[in-house]
Amino acid sequence: MDLATIWYFLIGVLLAGYAILDGFDLGVGTLHLLHKGDTARRISLNSIGPVWDGNEVWLVTGGGALFAAFPEVYATVFSGFYLALILLLFALIFRAVAIEMRSKQPMPWWRSFWDWSFSLASMVAPLLFGVALGNMVMGIPLDSSHNYAGTFFSLLNPYALLMGVTTVALFAMHGAIYLLMKTEGAVHDEVRRWVKPAMLAFIVCYVALTFASVLFVPHIGEALRERPWLWVLALLSILTMADIPREISKKRDRRAFLASMGTIALMMALFAGGMFPYLVLSNPDVAQSLTTANAASSEKTLFIMLVIALIGMPMVLAYTISIYWIFRGKVKLSSTSY
Amino acid sequence: MDAALLSRLQFALTAAFHYLYPPLSIGLGLCLVVMETMWLKTKNEHYRAMTRFWGKIFGLTFAIGVASGIVLEFEFGTNWERYSRYVGDVFGSALAAEGIFAFFLESGFLAIVLFGWRRVRPGTHWFATLMVCLGAHFSALWIIVANSWMQTPAGFHIVDGPNGPRAEITNFWAVVFNPSSLDRLSHTLVGAWSAGAFLLISVGAWYLLKKRDEAFAKSSIKVGLSVALAASLLSLYTGSRSAELVAEHQPTKLAAMEGHFDAHAPAAMYIFGWVDETAGKTHGLAIPGMLSWLVSGDTTTPIKGLDAFPKEDRPPANLTFQGYHLMISIGMALIAIAIVGMIGWSRGWLWNWRPFLWVLVVAVLLPQIANQIGWMTAEVGRQPWIVWGLMRTNEGLSTVVSAGSVLASLLLFTLVYLLLFFVFIYMLNHKIQHGPEDVHSEEYETFRKGFDAMMLNRKPQPKEGK
Repeated sequence: MDLATIWYFLIGVLLAGYAILDGFDLGVGTLHLLHKGDTARRISLNSIGPVWDGNEVWLVTGGGALFAAFPEVYATVFSGFYLALILLLFALIFRAVAIEMRSKQPMPWWRSFWDWSFSLASMVAPLLFGVALGNMVMGIPLDSSHNYAGTFFSLLNPYALLMGVTTVALFAMHGAIYLLMKTEGAVHDEVRRWVKPAMLAFIVCYVALTFASVLFVPHIGEALRERPWLWVLALLSILTMADIPREISKKRDRRAFLASMGTIALMMALFAGGMFPYLVLSNPDVAQSLTTANAASSEKTLFIMLVIALIGMPMVLAYTISIYWIFRGKVKLSSTSY
Repeated sequence: MDAALLSRLQFALTAAFHYLYPPLSIGLGLCLVVMETMWLKTKNEHYRAMTRFWGKIFGLTFAIGVASGIVLEFEFGTNWERYSRYVGDVFGSALAAEGIFAFFLESGFLAIVLFGWRRVRPGTHWFATLMVCLGAHFSALWIIVANSWMQTPAGFHIVDGPNGPRAEITNFWAVVFNPSSLDRLSHTLVGAWSAGAFLLISVGAWYLLKKRDEAFAKSSIKVGLSVALAASLLSLYTGSRSAELVAEHQPTKLAAMEGHFDAHAPAAMYIFGWVDETAGKTHGLAIPGMLSWLVSGDTTTPIKGLDAFPKEDRPPANLTFQGYHLMISIGMALIAIAIVGMIGWSRGWLWNWRPFLWVLVVAVLLPQIANQIGWMTAEVGRQPWIVWGLMRTNEGLSTVVSAGSVLASLLLFTLVYLLLFFVFIYMLNHKIQHGPEDVHSEEYETFRKGFDAMMLNRKPQPKEGK
């Protein structure tokens, strides 16, 4: 395997790490307004309190790694999706502010304003991630110097929007299951009632998306024919997905969350496996696509970066896991809470 | 206005706004380690309350720092697409290394520092504080490496690739230790220590003026003054090292910093002045030959002035000159304030001399201004280059992003950053008004008992009679 291929999958790992981790806190935000009463909303906020900004670091690092390993992709995608990206940054900043501000004043209008901001921003971000992903799958028009030749509104096509809604539903389900682990009593019982509709919404979207992909995205079918091992991934992802309702009905919340994490990881693996070796597929002119061959940094840089990743990532994993371990258990409100 | 100017304005706005916070994180991080070490050594509850209070302020600066910093991670790609393609092979690695080595460390352990008081042992908490401080410093390390490479590029060659020419790494360590990175890193770090230390001093002085939390205020000022004295003296030393580097590697920047036009003449050093760029003259109070002496040890050594360079290769001289000179004046003022404060502390009049306490309250702005205009000098002085001698700023722009789009995003960022700034000031004020926990209060006693109880549960007491 050459270094560019390794980095293709390492970037995938970073983005999957981001989707799994920030996915649940965005999901908690998506569901936030469903909580009735101030205490329930504070519990919802504090369930992600110590970890949400650490989760966002996966996005920052993913962006940095993309810049280092595939500068052509970094340059093409971010300048091409300019307004969409600015909107995403806007949502992420607004969300951070809302988390910090919400519980600092007791007035109901104050808290409800920040609750709405937090929740809307938590929905806009996954929607935009999904739209971006949908466009990457469909392919975007690139010119001969690899620059995006479409407009902001051509990004908002039905397929990409469907992918966006699917991502919102997926994260909502993921967040609901996370809340099951972190809450007790009345809030817990309330959340348990939401899990089923959230799962259902996700599955409906997922089935629709699968049909749309097979019907409208020809190269997905081709990839499946060329790489039979993708079928194994697809089967695994369906099994993992099916495991979620099973674990939920048996009230094994932690295992349900693991299954939900697995579902996201396998979906990302399917996406990466299906797209390889394309990083940005050019549609209609496939010849202009960015691939691992023409978009990567030099071998030397990729090697240096690999050494950095091999030293850094085990440390990152070690303390990410220890921090989740230290903050395990149900949320209790205290003087350091939001 | 064209996309080039708008993109430059946007980068200046986002970078300058972001840079209000990292210096505070770096400086406060260092002070937190000092405080918590004192707590572990003396077991005085007072130091724990201090660590808890300043830890919360650190958490606030970090949260706003992250929120505004994400933008910068992506902004090279959004607005400087051609720059990204040209230098990504070299420049991207430093940004990625920052994420992996610094950001994860800081954000991860910050959770323990803020929310983990009752979940981990004191030693573990201290370790978490140390890691947060290290994370903040590592962050600076990689960003300075990246920026210094733009000032004094090294360890690369230009290769004709499938998408045109680009810079590729030949020697990673030469990139990391490029001629200016260590000196600029040390100058940046001590400037950040001053920012954190003067925040401690300012809040402490304000409490003294309001006659509240006096024990806490005095300890904060003591920690702050110690760090501030060291940092402001080191700023002078590291600053002069940085200036020598500029003289060696960036002659146009040096000439602009001192408003020196003559192509081949000994150069003076201005105390203050005004650069008339159209007439090619600088008016002000100057020490003749001083710049020549600083650069070479001889007041008669000729220094290349701006006239020795074609107009299109010169940076905006007056802006660079003013930033540089204001930074130096503030640096000197900070040294003076720190020394007077230390004398007042040792003689005992510091705690009651109200006019000077007011000076200390306001002094929190000085290191922030110096840090900002110091960076302005470094970045404006680098113009017209985005990478020194290699790529001009206008050549780095995005091809497909229209001026309209940049104007829209610039307005949006201005609005959001105004909001963020308001939030920061509001929350900072909220935390300062609320003040540190009173170690004699019932609430604090509950916290402490819960803490001790946890320790007892974890560590079985030795059996009696052994």
